Amino acid sequence: MRPIIDIDHVSKRYGSGTVALKEVSLQIEEGEILALLGPNGAGKTTLISIICGLVVPSGGTVRVGGHDIRTDWRAARKLIGLVPQEIALEPFETVIDCVRFTRGLYGEPPDDAYIEQLLRSLALWDKRDAKTRELSGGMKRRVLIAKALSHRPKVLFLDEPTAGVDVTLRREMWQVVRELRAEGVTIILTTHYLEEAEDMADRIGVINRGELLLVRSKDALMGEFGKKHLTISLYEPLAALPADLAGRGLVLSADGRELGYDYDTRAERTGIAHLLAELAERGLAVRDVSTKQSSLEEIFMSLVEEETA
Amino acid sequence: MNWRSARAVFGHEMARFFRTVWQSLASPVLSTVLYFVVFGAAIGGRIQAVEGVPYGAFIVPGLMMLTVLQQSVANASFGIYFPKFSGTIYEILVAPTGWIEVTLGFVGAAAAKAVMIALVILATSFWFTGVHIAHPFWMLAFLLLTAVAFSLLGFIIGLWAKNFEQLQIVPMMVITPLVFLGGAFYSASMLPPFWEGVAKLNPVLYLISGFRWSFFGFADVPVGLSLGAVALMILVCMGAIRWIFLTGWRLRE
Repeated sequence: MRPIIDIDHVSKRYGSGTVALKEVSLQIEEGEILALLGPNGAGKTTLISIICGLVVPSGGTVRVGGHDIRTDWRAARKLIGLVPQEIALEPFETVIDCVRFTRGLYGEPPDDAYIEQLLRSLALWDKRDAKTRELSGGMKRRVLIAKALSHRPKVLFLDEPTAGVDVTLRREMWQVVRELRAEGVTIILTTHYLEEAEDMADRIGVINRGELLLVRSKDALMGEFGKKHLTISLYEPLAALPADLAGRGLVLSADGRELGYDYDTRAERTGIAHLLAELAERGLAVRDVSTKQSSLEEIFMSLVEEETA
Repeated sequence: MNWRSARAVFGHEMARFFRTVWQSLASPVLSTVLYFVVFGAAIGGRIQAVEGVPYGAFIVPGLMMLTVLQQSVANASFGIYFPKFSGTIYEILVAPTGWIEVTLGFVGAAAAKAVMIALVILATSFWFTGVHIAHPFWMLAFLLLTAVAFSLLGFIIGLWAKNFEQLQIVPMMVITPLVFLGGAFYSASMLPPFWEGVAKLNPVLYLISGFRWSFFGFADVPVGLSLGAVALMILVCMGAIRWIFLTGWRLRE
């Protein structure tokens, strides 16, 4: 299947000499949610700004739905909706006029039935006649989403959609994004909330210092880079770790009731079976065993640190 | 060419005007009334008629031009600068909308507002002086073309400006002096020959002269030259705007 977005060796050097992107290539499939992760200044916003037409690339090509963003920009841009990082709305305009304006800007005929459906789905219908300056931060963000969806785009870019919003609202936004995906909209979001990517994305791309370090399905990434932590609860507390078990990476908890063990899920032998057998040989009765997968945050940090080093 | 986008921008800009329609009208009407009271009634009575036209009536085209020029530049420059300032310009830049549609929308709205205000001023002038319009069609044509030309100039100023100071400086330092020196309140023929020659280097003189001709049937320069001047200005400004949008100067990084 042809990707809906095809980014080929795109680079960007700003006038100041700053290199924001270095030969980035990436294909995005229709209907997926891709999260672009990276620290501040990594190049996430530059990449989506290039695709949307806000920044002119220094090199490389981008195709959206098969249309080149420079030579066939009208067709390419018709497919795109952008929710910018900063909240930018005309303060004295009403919500519904704001959304109608964007639809008109994209050359679409008025469609009040669709606008109503859109505003209802974003819980904005009751606020349709309110001026945007009267809205809360969360509502303003939803207005930006409504504007971005007003022309029924196939691809939606969400640049840090939940930056600076509280937890409840963040969860609300995620719900909106999931519903959009269910309707077949391809979603590309940039974030540095790893929880967000972990919760929503199908694939994750990690950008740092203008380079796309990797793109993997979330599950593959977790599997490939994920470490697991094994916790063994003991019936009887230990005063100290037996000498012959030291040097295996085991850590005894302060109360002596738990043994902790980190292992790599990719390793051929995790050593767990052997370890449990050895504990049994020493007569250490095991009450419970639990494992915990390392979070995306830990994976991300290790990737970025690896690259920086 | 996407007419719906141009119409959307035009409607959006006009809606902003109508949200504050009384403030938009009150200020230019009040200042024009003051001009009529001071120059028309108080001083005008002591100034002899110009080419047979009482001074109070003679200044009507000049006052209308002064307003059209100031309003066109201010409306168009603010119209495009405000989205740049507030950040909402992004949606114009990411939309499948070309420079022609964007320019038509912003400049069309700025010119429409300026023309409406000028017509209100014309209506106001009937209270103070008897004005006869010799060529109503050409009066409207000059009014419209001048509004478009200076709205295009204002649009360029708004695209160029990086802050509110820059937005103000060109109208204050360039447009107002050119209008005053372009014969808004006098005929160039009233100047000594040397200064008449200098005045004719001022492009605004051609606009005011043509406009005054449409009212009274006499002009400082041939009417064809006035039309040529306004057409040339429109073409040069359109070329500059096209260049700005195609290169992304001060719009795209």
